[in-house]
Amino acid sequence: MTAYIIRRLLYMIPIVFGVLLVTFCLFTLVGGDISVQIAGKNADAETIAEIRHEYGFDKPLFVGYEPLVDDQWKEPTDPNVLASYIESPDGDDTIILNDYQRIVAIENAKRQWLGGLFKQRLSDGRILDAWSMLDFNSQFLSHFKKAVTFNFGRDRERQKISEKLLQGVGPSLALTVPMFIGSLIISISLSLIVAFIRGSVGDFVIVVVCVILMSIPYLSYIIFGQLFFAYELDWFPIYYDPSRPMAVSVVLPILIGIIAGLGVGVRFYRTIMLDEIRSDYVRTAFAKGLTTPKVLFKHVLKNAMIPIVTNVVLSLPRLVLGSLLLERFFGIPGLGYLMIEAINSRDFFVLNAMTFMMALLIVIFTLVADICYGWVDPRVKFE
Amino acid sequence: MNNQEVTTDMTQKPVKGRSLWSDGIRRLRKRKFAMVCLVIVLIYFALAGAIYIDEVLQDKFGEKGYEGISLFQWNESIGPSYQKPWLDYEWTPEDSEMSQEGWTFFGTDFLGRSTWRRTLYGAKTSLTVALCASIISLLIGVPLGAIAGYFRGWVDDVIVWFYTTLGTIPYILLLMAFAVVLKDATLFGHEIKGATSVYLAMGLTSWVGICRLIRGEIIKRKESEYVLAARALGCSNGRIIFKHLLPNVFHIIIINFSLRFVGFIHAEVILSFLGLGETDRPSWGGMIDAARTELARGVWWEMTAATVAIFFISLALNIFGDALRDCLDPKLRTD
Repeated sequence: MTAYIIRRLLYMIPIVFGVLLVTFCLFTLVGGDISVQIAGKNADAETIAEIRHEYGFDKPLFVGYEPLVDDQWKEPTDPNVLASYIESPDGDDTIILNDYQRIVAIENAKRQWLGGLFKQRLSDGRILDAWSMLDFNSQFLSHFKKAVTFNFGRDRERQKISEKLLQGVGPSLALTVPMFIGSLIISISLSLIVAFIRGSVGDFVIVVVCVILMSIPYLSYIIFGQLFFAYELDWFPIYYDPSRPMAVSVVLPILIGIIAGLGVGVRFYRTIMLDEIRSDYVRTAFAKGLTTPKVLFKHVLKNAMIPIVTNVVLSLPRLVLGSLLLERFFGIPGLGYLMIEAINSRDFFVLNAMTFMMALLIVIFTLVADICYGWVDPRVKFE
Repeated sequence: MNNQEVTTDMTQKPVKGRSLWSDGIRRLRKRKFAMVCLVIVLIYFALAGAIYIDEVLQDKFGEKGYEGISLFQWNESIGPSYQKPWLDYEWTPEDSEMSQEGWTFFGTDFLGRSTWRRTLYGAKTSLTVALCASIISLLIGVPLGAIAGYFRGWVDDVIVWFYTTLGTIPYILLLMAFAVVLKDATLFGHEIKGATSVYLAMGLTSWVGICRLIRGEIIKRKESEYVLAARALGCSNGRIIFKHLLPNVFHIIIINFSLRFVGFIHAEVILSFLGLGETDRPSWGGMIDAARTELARGVWWEMTAATVAIFFISLALNIFGDALRDCLDPKLRTD
């Protein structure tokens, strides 16, 4: 058992490394340098340079070069020369570079010049000199450093990302935990009933209703639900109000979430229950004269626990993330809301931190699920 | 002589075995309700295809006077702003003095454009997105899964590591991240616009499930007799995978495809709502997003039209997909 857990913990390392690689590719390689967007339209060269330094955009992507003491670097001033160092000077003949482009062009020019020096030293055989030129303080390294130390720095508004994430966890859980428990209880009891009356008209009706529930877009549930129950009938608050307790604001989104997720849930658990109810031990239990509730809740449910527990444990980390759409519509300041804000402002720093933390949680809970699997089913052996 | 032999053979009527496919399709035909659903799906696809062809024709023959089918002119004002559905109305178009009479099926939006036409056009946008996303995800997932399952060893380790990594990131977060990053980005010199970023993001993130499924199936089947026979006859690995193994798991791909399609249609709605989808042309998600602010003012028809359009194709695809699974893969049957 211990050996199994240790091996699984070791296997987590390449997975976490992979997640970091994916987020690096997404947010740094494809997402690119967003310092201009952070600085705003009317920022001067100094501000842009500052922001680039603050968020680390001035660092090389993977490995850079540092000049040695006797290397004298001269900045090119001719705009024509500078323009040749950036990728696309808008494709026209006017070579008036804006502040950002000039900064990047100078950086690229310096990098190319140093790269030339590096190659020359290598070909001259001065490998030690060349080696000491290498600068590993890159964006790639700082991306890893951020994740390992859980210090994700600041977002575009210069607020601490880790604080923002922590603040969002509470409201998200207040929404998703009751929603999850509610839909779990309803789905499992309904699926038990459906499995018991399988083949009858009632079974057919419930399955059809499930498919109908599944086919309505999630957004329509939320919009119509909010319109009727909050706006027209005024039973629930339309929007989250910080002066009122959280419990009041989350009731309607919880109800909507449960109904919207019921179709998928009942169908999923029905399949599990049907697998169990056809087994021999059920026939035996009925044959020896046990009552139906006793068979269903003592025998079938206990055996169906294996897939249920696995599924529940695997769903737990996703609860932290909250519900993107429900939080957006009802103004609940959870992680889902934070995520939409980050998407709208293209704040890659927040998205990056969120992706990594969620992936870490899921990796841990997958391990927990596997251990639970062995705990509820003694037949499972850890090798 | 030869002819005679053939005729004698014919009279004996050799018992011809039915293939898995003809067997499955025969079972499917018996399910009338599933066939109705298939017809509904085909109608949606035919509509999307007709709109596509109409647009191509307009592009080519627009100068020669081809005006296109009026039902597909979603951008044209046909009535006053926010006209209610099912009512006769009189209105004066901006460029003329004469008042006209009109009637709409689903009302009009703020600019007086027909909601009915926009809903029809939305079929093209949504189905294109869902189809492209499915194809991308199959093109990535199926070969990767087949290669991993067939070769095992380090190839398998790398592919499993890769999809476990992607599977570790919550799907909605991964999808949003891809969509945000790809929106208006430039990849390999091509600018990604509108719906392209949507289906690229969905396709690139959703292949994990099918890859895992195909890998498992190939592992199960790679030691079966027909594979051993093919190997003994000297078939190359590529031929065994693509000519012998994949056709045998093709029904799994089809089932997965039909059920996955619904998910893509629903995902498009969410992405459009977040402003990451198609913005120039009508799509169901865009319509729901636009209608959400108008709902409180009593303009319910745009929202309803889009919801109903999504509802029917989802329902039809869900039921048809389930029937397909039951008929093609009896081992997977749930009841």
